[in-house]
Amino acid sequence: MKTDVSFTLNGLNVTVTVEGYSRLIDVLRGSLGHTGTKEGCGKGECGACTVIVDGRAVNACLYPALEVEGKSVTTIEGLRGPGNELSSIQQAFVDHGAIQCGFCTPGMIMSTKALLDSNPDPTEEEIRSALLGNLCRCTGYVQIMEAVKQAIMQLKSK
Amino acid sequence: MKTFHYIGKKLPRPEGPDKAAGKAHYIHDLQRPGMLYGKIKFSDYPHARIVRIDTSKSERLTGVRAVITARNTPEIRIGFLRDNFALKKDKVRQYRDEVAAVAAIDPEIAAEAIELIEVEYEPLPGVFCPDEAMKEGAPLVHETDPQGRPRTDNRVPLKFHHESGDLEAGKRAASHSVKGEFSTQLVQQCCMGTAGCIAEFDMNSNLTIWTKTQIPFLAQRDFNRALSDMGLKGRNTRVIVPTLGGGFGSGLDTHAYEYIAILLAFRTGRAVKIVYTRDEEFANLSPRQSTHTRIVQGCDRDGRLTFRQVDVLQDNGAYTSWGATYPSVMMIPATSLYRVPNAYFDAKLVYTNNTYCQAMRGYGNPELNWALESNMDELAVEAGIDPFEFRRINCNQPGETTPMGLKVSTCGLKECLEHVAGKLEWKKKRRKRKCRGMGMASLMHVGGSGRIYRSDASGIILKLDDFGNVNVYHGGVEMGQGLHAVLIQAVAEALGVRPEKVFINPTDTGTCPWDVGTHASRGAFMGCHTAILAADKLRERIFHFAEDLFPKEAEKNLKKFKKKNPDYEPPDFDVASAAKRDRFELQDGFIFLKDAPTEPWMRLELGRLLRAVHFRSQGQMLTAEAFYDPPNELPDFEKGFGNISATYAYGTQGAEVEVDTETGEVKILRMVAAHDVGKVLNPQTLKGQIYGALAQGVGYALYEELQSHEGRIMNPGFRDYKIPGIQEMSFPIDLEFVETNDDYGPFGSKGVGEPGLVPTAPAIANAIYDAVGVRIRDLPITPEKILAALKKLK
Repeated sequence: MKTDVSFTLNGLNVTVTVEGYSRLIDVLRGSLGHTGTKEGCGKGECGACTVIVDGRAVNACLYPALEVEGKSVTTIEGLRGPGNELSSIQQAFVDHGAIQCGFCTPGMIMSTKALLDSNPDPTEEEIRSALLGNLCRCTGYVQIMEAVKQAIMQLKSK
Repeated sequence: MKTFHYIGKKLPRPEGPDKAAGKAHYIHDLQRPGMLYGKIKFSDYPHARIVRIDTSKSERLTGVRAVITARNTPEIRIGFLRDNFALKKDKVRQYRDEVAAVAAIDPEIAAEAIELIEVEYEPLPGVFCPDEAMKEGAPLVHETDPQGRPRTDNRVPLKFHHESGDLEAGKRAASHSVKGEFSTQLVQQCCMGTAGCIAEFDMNSNLTIWTKTQIPFLAQRDFNRALSDMGLKGRNTRVIVPTLGGGFGSGLDTHAYEYIAILLAFRTGRAVKIVYTRDEEFANLSPRQSTHTRIVQGCDRDGRLTFRQVDVLQDNGAYTSWGATYPSVMMIPATSLYRVPNAYFDAKLVYTNNTYCQAMRGYGNPELNWALESNMDELAVEAGIDPFEFRRINCNQPGETTPMGLKVSTCGLKECLEHVAGKLEWKKKRRKRKCRGMGMASLMHVGGSGRIYRSDASGIILKLDDFGNVNVYHGGVEMGQGLHAVLIQAVAEALGVRPEKVFINPTDTGTCPWDVGTHASRGAFMGCHTAILAADKLRERIFHFAEDLFPKEAEKNLKKFKKKNPDYEPPDFDVASAAKRDRFELQDGFIFLKDAPTEPWMRLELGRLLRAVHFRSQGQMLTAEAFYDPPNELPDFEKGFGNISATYAYGTQGAEVEVDTETGEVKILRMVAAHDVGKVLNPQTLKGQIYGALAQGVGYALYEELQSHEGRIMNPGFRDYKIPGIQEMSFPIDLEFVETNDDYGPFGSKGVGEPGLVPTAPAIANAIYDAVGVRIRDLPITPEKILAALKKLK
């Protein structure tokens, strides 16, 4: 059954027609063309599709599209500033070599953003716990940790 | 020593911002107008005859545009030994065998259509264990060879053998010797971006394929052969490589799904996309193969190795890929890691009804190293020598030629060993605390590409434009390893321009010169070599034109300068007579004269020269190409001799672990990794390579195993197939890069893409032995295995 769903996507109001079985990731990557959100497993096991719904990091591959009615969704496309500049978390990932193949990167950055939005000064353990569900096969996570710590420093100094 | 402007600097990767913004385009993100979605029907049995395939229901489903089987499409043979088919006609030999495929207007319809295909099988007895497969009377996976001649056993017809010195004399000379048997498991590459492609034909029946490959040019060759099989002889394939999403060896072969997309695209006249789901990737993409190794080594009273004998049995699975040549790399450490005068190596590969295997990072080296470095520790204990000292005694030396004929130009192994021992405080802290232990293991790997094909070459085109930009066309593949960052540095360094003026174009067989593939840790090694050669050609041409242009431009500049600075007196220097090509230098995009006064007007901007050369009668644009084939040899693998690489990479990793004797769990407390990299090209991307490889080594050691039960993959997902997450990688890692400045390496560098995971597992296993006295011989080292071994010890 097709249903219209209205929600806020990266600050803009959108309405899309979805099937009952549609997942949030299908809507984002499909009719809305937001392909920055990656599908790595489709089962909520890798975190590549992490987006923020009402302040909480969720796996878009498990999230029913119908459930976003009236909610606010932030994707990786929503982090970029107006002058084509990266957000401080994104920039920290670039600067610290936290990106290799880049497929896990949008999800990793969205999990980091959700963490720092709710807890601007997390401990090392809190960072690891927030990124527990984001798998990366390239980096060994060392430079990702460095990037997150750098982003925290920058956000604190703002 | 030569000083560099850009080499050795931490330049961030050029594609980083797009990847951080979600703007990099992977195969999953690409669309073509009118594109259809392909889906494959895989076998229901590991070994069976195909009796009947009924596609009628599937064909009638609304939205389906084509249903293909081997019975309604031309036969396309694939595989390293041409023993596989794009679609299977009479028989399936593994669960993942492709029996049919559909193209539909959306992925949901394609998935539904697959379910409607009915296949009737006549099951055959299967063989799932290499030892069983070797036995007389075992079911034959292939009844005939690709030429149609009957086969009598399951041996893969490839020979890898080496004998040097006098093995028996080596055994007699040994005061101590230790025998061991070691095994390794099936491991999935686990690229975060799954495999996929889009195939599309134009109306001249030429094919364009966007595909996740590490070998665009060998893929072009393979696909052109498939076009021939399809009756399109003489037609061409253009391979375009999208942002890759990880490679790790999974893109070193062409795969059945690519040929199926090609068949569907030709049948429908539309672009067809096939992308694997994660489940499909685990179950249907070839993993790293499992091995069983028997090793014996001996040493004399002083701890010098007197012999080494290694026999490997490799479960090949149902078909051959390039991965069947793993022993070509295993032979390197087996004959040449540490000095051993009498060496024997033999590898047998066997067909089974298990999933067929392919390349993965390290390509046989981690498998062999697991046995070799575990056994080195056992021998050290037997000989009563400290394992670190034992390795140091037998350390390779620069300038030596090994029993396999490998020419060791530079070798930093001794420094690596000493660094690891020093950092771990080996002598002071080892064996001081209960249940804590330290271990180390070293590696040797190709560091100057690896010749396993007729050509080991790579090409580049550098195209200058009117603005002083350099457009780079190179056939190597950026998989995430940082090739493009290093290429930019190499071009900027070798030509003399600013890095931000260097642009890397997408890898495309239609525009880039040939490259054998991004494997064997050769990407940066080859890319930098080609960049240096092409830059030299460009500089020559630039300096040729500068002889005429430089004095004229300098005169104009001087006039302007004097206008602004009326009191200025230029130095007494004759620019016109000094302006000879061998006296020019190009740096940061400016041409100037060496050994001339550094006056601000006495320089010429590169873009200005290029425009002057372009915009005149009989003008020219400057482009240079270079093709580099390294000075290595294609070894005779049956005899086991040949200098496969231009130089060799070495390294040592050390681990400190704590073992919980109640639960059997291993906690890594810290790791130290020291690698002979020749020369650091970019510390940031280099660190990324080693950290990332080491994490894969930790997964190999402790967590990862693709479980196969009678040929079926039982754990196709990250829930049941555990790769290291951020918690598992919370221990500190010390990196040390030993710079040996190798003459064969570009800027002195060696390849480093694979070494980081090669010795990790034995370093951890040796630390576990040191901690609790149990020797685990089969990977991965699970708590269950440790508990069982501890129980046995008591």
